[in-house]
Amino acid sequence: MPIAINCREISRAISLAGSILALNALAFAMVSPAGAFTAYVSNEKGNSISIIDTGKMEVIKTVPAGHRPRGIALSQDGGELFICAGDDDLIQILDTKTLSITGTLPSGADPELLILSPDGKRLYISNENDNLVTAIDVATRKIVAEIPVGVEPEGMELSPDGKVLVNTSETTNMAHLIDIQSRKIFANVLVDARPRAAQYTPDGSELWVSSEVGGTVSVIDAADPKIKQKITFEVPGLSKEAIQPVGIRFTQDGKKAFVALGPANRVAVIDAATKKVEKYLLVGQRVWQLALTPDGKYLYTTNGVSNDVSVIDVASLKVLKSIPVGSFPWGVAIARQ
Amino acid sequence: MIFKHGILATLLAIALPAFAFPASSADNIDVKVGFIRAPHVRETLSILDIPAADDGIAGAGLAVEDNNTTGRFLGQTFAIEDVLLPPGGDPAAALTGLIQHGVSLVLADLPAAELLALSGAAKDKGVLIFNTSAPEDSLREENCRANVFHIAPSYSMLADGLAQYLVWKQWKRWFLIKGSHPEDELYAGALRHAAKKFGAKIVEELTYEDTGGGRRSDSGSVQTQRLIPVATQNAPAYDVLVAADESEVFASYLPFRTWDPRPVAGSAGLRPMSWDGSHEQWGAIQLQNRFMKLASRRMNARDNNAWVAMRMIGEAASRTGSNDPKVISGYLTGPDFAIAAFKGQKQTLRHWNQQLRQPILLGDGRMIVSVSPQEGFLHQTSELDTLGFDEPETKCQLQ
Repeated sequence: MPIAINCREISRAISLAGSILALNALAFAMVSPAGAFTAYVSNEKGNSISIIDTGKMEVIKTVPAGHRPRGIALSQDGGELFICAGDDDLIQILDTKTLSITGTLPSGADPELLILSPDGKRLYISNENDNLVTAIDVATRKIVAEIPVGVEPEGMELSPDGKVLVNTSETTNMAHLIDIQSRKIFANVLVDARPRAAQYTPDGSELWVSSEVGGTVSVIDAADPKIKQKITFEVPGLSKEAIQPVGIRFTQDGKKAFVALGPANRVAVIDAATKKVEKYLLVGQRVWQLALTPDGKYLYTTNGVSNDVSVIDVASLKVLKSIPVGSFPWGVAIARQ
Repeated sequence: MIFKHGILATLLAIALPAFAFPASSADNIDVKVGFIRAPHVRETLSILDIPAADDGIAGAGLAVEDNNTTGRFLGQTFAIEDVLLPPGGDPAAALTGLIQHGVSLVLADLPAAELLALSGAAKDKGVLIFNTSAPEDSLREENCRANVFHIAPSYSMLADGLAQYLVWKQWKRWFLIKGSHPEDELYAGALRHAAKKFGAKIVEELTYEDTGGGRRSDSGSVQTQRLIPVATQNAPAYDVLVAADESEVFASYLPFRTWDPRPVAGSAGLRPMSWDGSHEQWGAIQLQNRFMKLASRRMNARDNNAWVAMRMIGEAASRTGSNDPKVISGYLTGPDFAIAAFKGQKQTLRHWNQQLRQPILLGDGRMIVSVSPQEGFLHQTSELDTLGFDEPETKCQLQ
């Protein structure tokens, strides 16, 4: 989420300005524009990308993609969307203006998730079948490095300072911390079963890793890569097995975290300081990936089994709407335009 | 033997780059696991089911590769020593040989009687056994053993998984047809119990006698086409024909040949299984792809059970930093153990009999039709415990 990284800086300035100007949330809400951003949702079984106008909260177009599109990421300017087409063993580049596929990048076998470096020059991809993280030079479209990691690489994350690349491996059950400069792993942290997403807090002090099968989120100290706390979840009426944390997103001020709980059909809202779960928001079925609008006001969730996207209002913590998309929505990325 | 060398070679190849990464744990450990197996019956009704030479152990071999990939970050290596027993071979003698080679963890692909003999021989040696194939409920109930972990599901877990789906479908009137061998009766017993437990009714029961002879001939279908309708006629009204044929005598002949046009389930048609080559949900496709690359064939239930068993050992070793069977056993039976095995939810051990809790797949060998437990079958601790004998009814006293 390079966009998110950039937005963090901007949002910090905005939120600071906002709190200085007035604490009147109502006035702030009325003044702010409807926030017409563009959300892109990959449909794993639909082999397509649903494009949502976040102002209208509607799908405005569906464009065909390669086979089994899952992880997606936007270029810094939002002009290009990189799509992992897992069953085609390549990355597709979608021009977000013309909505046509303008090219492909080599990716290695079965790419699942990817992340773009803050300068937009490098793309890092997890290859499920090869136990590798692949680094691609975007300009030359060439693979520049392959980094061996654990079994079934999945989640990808970059530290806010851009120096550390994180990969999670689903069967090895580790978060691998890779030094970007040397491309060497410098720490491996064992977490609970089947780690999926890794996400740094906006200040870069903590790395949160979700364990889908273990049912927990591990909070890792970024400076001394060890687990300092584990967050567990409990939803009345649901068995432990149904709680399967996947996507993680922090609010731009870093105060709250959202964690998608898969077949529990809920998004947990966590106080990032105390690590206490404050609320469970009921969304669609098998909620996996999350993305915030660039203004930080809305959280979009992909609900694979119910074929829709839920929109959560970050301020009120209310689920505003479900937007029907394609078959088995998986990834989501939101651009300014 | 060739297989064993293959694994060692792989081990070596993977072990080398380990020096590139400093191990985070202080001591490097080697985990040597034995695999004792009896030859599988090759007399199957369908040629597609004839077991390969590396049936079962190939799954363990893949897990050794997976464990070694993880192990290079922790300074741990895993290896497997394969012992294929000759017909009537003594598993206790095989165990003695393995112990001499430093093995204290053993995967067993053995019939129930041999498994019990192995468990008895292992008892004073502190060796742990992982049952990867024997489905007999008695091994988890009156004959349960403290040094045996059951990775394969029991007959009752399989039967309950099937029954839940048939009841969900409102196919509650069953015509049960069972073979004449003791294990057919064990499976039939589990199916009767499942019918009672979930509200289905067996409206007719029939035994299909095994009169001997070969399983196939050049014009076999001509005869079976006449035989099966006759064998299934005059039944009271029923919804589904449920077959218990553990001995590969008749079940696969039933679909499309019954007197009444009815679906078939059990040993043919819709089968309850712990794994199938057609299963790809919940990331299973990744495991299937890795297995295909290694073994050049699809992964069956025995391969998968062996993979899960070896991964459980790998998981225990990576979490505890130990290869001591006491420590491994303590971790597996403790509160922190959970294994991810591509069936949509965490799998844990039933502490009262050391059976791995697991969803049961229902499929026809080409597609997975459904996965049990079915929605609505509730349980106070884990819905997975709606499958098989539950804690309040267990006869197991671990010792």
